[in-house]
Amino acid sequence: MFALRNQVRTHIARGFASTRFSLSTLAIIEQNNGTIAGSTLNALTAAKELGGDVTALVAGSKAADVAAQVAKISGIAAVLTASSPAYDHGLPENYADLVAAATKEGGFTHVVAPSSAFGKNVLPRVSALLDATQISDVTKIESEDTFVRPIYAGNAIETVKSNDPIKLLTIRASAFPAAELEGGSAGVSDAKDPAAEPQSEWLSEELTKSERPDLGGAKKVVSGGRGLKNKENFDKIMFPLADALGAAVGASRAAVDSGFADNSLQVGQTGKVVAPELYIAVGISGAIQHLAGMKDSKVIAAINKDADAPIFEVADVGLVADLFDAVPELTTKVKA
Amino acid sequence: MSNKLRIFVPVKRVIDFAVKPRVNKAGTGVETTGVKFSINPFCDIAVEEALLLKEGNEGLVENIHVASVGPSKAQDILRQALAKGADDSTLVEMGPKDAELEPLGVAKVLKKLIEEQKSNLVILGKQAIDGDNGQTGQILAGLLKWPQATQASKVSVNGDKVEVTREVDGGVETVAAKLPMIITTDLRLNEPRYVTLPNIMKAKKKPLKVVKIGEFDGVANRLETLKVAEPAKRQAGIKVETVDELVSKLKETGTL
Repeated sequence: MFALRNQVRTHIARGFASTRFSLSTLAIIEQNNGTIAGSTLNALTAAKELGGDVTALVAGSKAADVAAQVAKISGIAAVLTASSPAYDHGLPENYADLVAAATKEGGFTHVVAPSSAFGKNVLPRVSALLDATQISDVTKIESEDTFVRPIYAGNAIETVKSNDPIKLLTIRASAFPAAELEGGSAGVSDAKDPAAEPQSEWLSEELTKSERPDLGGAKKVVSGGRGLKNKENFDKIMFPLADALGAAVGASRAAVDSGFADNSLQVGQTGKVVAPELYIAVGISGAIQHLAGMKDSKVIAAINKDADAPIFEVADVGLVADLFDAVPELTTKVKA
Repeated sequence: MSNKLRIFVPVKRVIDFAVKPRVNKAGTGVETTGVKFSINPFCDIAVEEALLLKEGNEGLVENIHVASVGPSKAQDILRQALAKGADDSTLVEMGPKDAELEPLGVAKVLKKLIEEQKSNLVILGKQAIDGDNGQTGQILAGLLKWPQATQASKVSVNGDKVEVTREVDGGVETVAAKLPMIITTDLRLNEPRYVTLPNIMKAKKKPLKVVKIGEFDGVANRLETLKVAEPAKRQAGIKVETVDELVSKLKETGTL
């Protein structure tokens, strides 16, 4: 039904391609050193749901390589590239200028970016440059001007209608499936590059190296909390379970603040929002800020020795037990 | 530009982080009557960072100005920031029936205040925990055409250059920019202090200027809230006694 409606709308939009009301979307591609960021593929699915033509924008010194991959995604009408090192590391000042220029040049009605650290950094700045309101963390597209998003740490779901001529959206990755990297053959051309003077300078990065799946896109996540007591326990208990399941490792804010796990592993309102098929919460009480980041998981399991912990209110399967006994036993049984 | 810092810290009054918000019966928003309000936690961290910059660098900070756009009750959080050590403050007062401004409108109001204050460093929270937008700092940077460093976990000022370590997906990165600039705070930046009673008393004598929202043009909202609903409730789960049962239940769901 929805797909049909979209088709009709696309038809209408194409029929009136010369009017400025035709629906067309600019999708910002996040890429790191030639690799498309996972959440971008989810944002592309949302861009396609809007119903108009989707033009992808790729920028950075390896833009051409990435553009070739993006052009193969089904449903992408065109790819714009800005091949310049000024866009490496996603510096927001340069990037926002580029996006704003491309939006004006192409007369786009919608601009879509992933709700990643990159998207959240860049798109509100574009909002200022285009004097258009940005809508954050969209979880559902009801129509071309009506969107659904969580507020109050996911304790309320808001439906908003935008009266702006340009709609800027960041997309919550866990709410849309990833677009497949096949089936398309879009043309690639150069974007209008404003080539702004850089205002800030990228110095360095320290990324957590891991062989495990990326937290944002993992099908299974095992997450540890304060109940693990220290970093040694966290590493000793959570990592083998994650490896046995082929899962990503997450953590509660308490675990991160106490130094058990890296900040980038935090799941919650202020960390990552995940919606894997299976989420196993270990030694996590289930504060509302944590639930905000995981309660859309398909199946939630919890292991906690406190039978009254709020995590059990959202868990499909709860085991009231000492995690120091239960988790190693679970790890062994999963491997078997 | 002089190397002295004139720091501007916008703060927001929000429902206290520990309160579980309830959607109102009309489905137009969340229940606010009788609910505890506090300073947004990320704004509290922003105030603290301004104070730390002042205390940790002799003579570096000339002034710390805090400002809020909100109801008259937002005076409380401004007084709190003054009690902690901010120098002066502005409340852009909204009537009880005014709809809360969207980030774009708030940023336009703040821009005007920042220009009046001749501020050269703005520190904001990365997001307010009510709207969860995470936009105001970046919009402000765009309006002022200043560089921005969002989600800061470390800030160091060296002359007119500021180095900021940012929390990004997968780790941290460090960027540098010249003043004037915008910084938004992440949780890890610092541990906000508590206010003491004598300081609260002293803060009552510090300047708190009130201006009406009507004095600002072009801040009208662009979005209509069609409805606010409770999130889908999860089906009640079951509790099991042993790891074996846990494993078999998870196998039934097909996720294990």
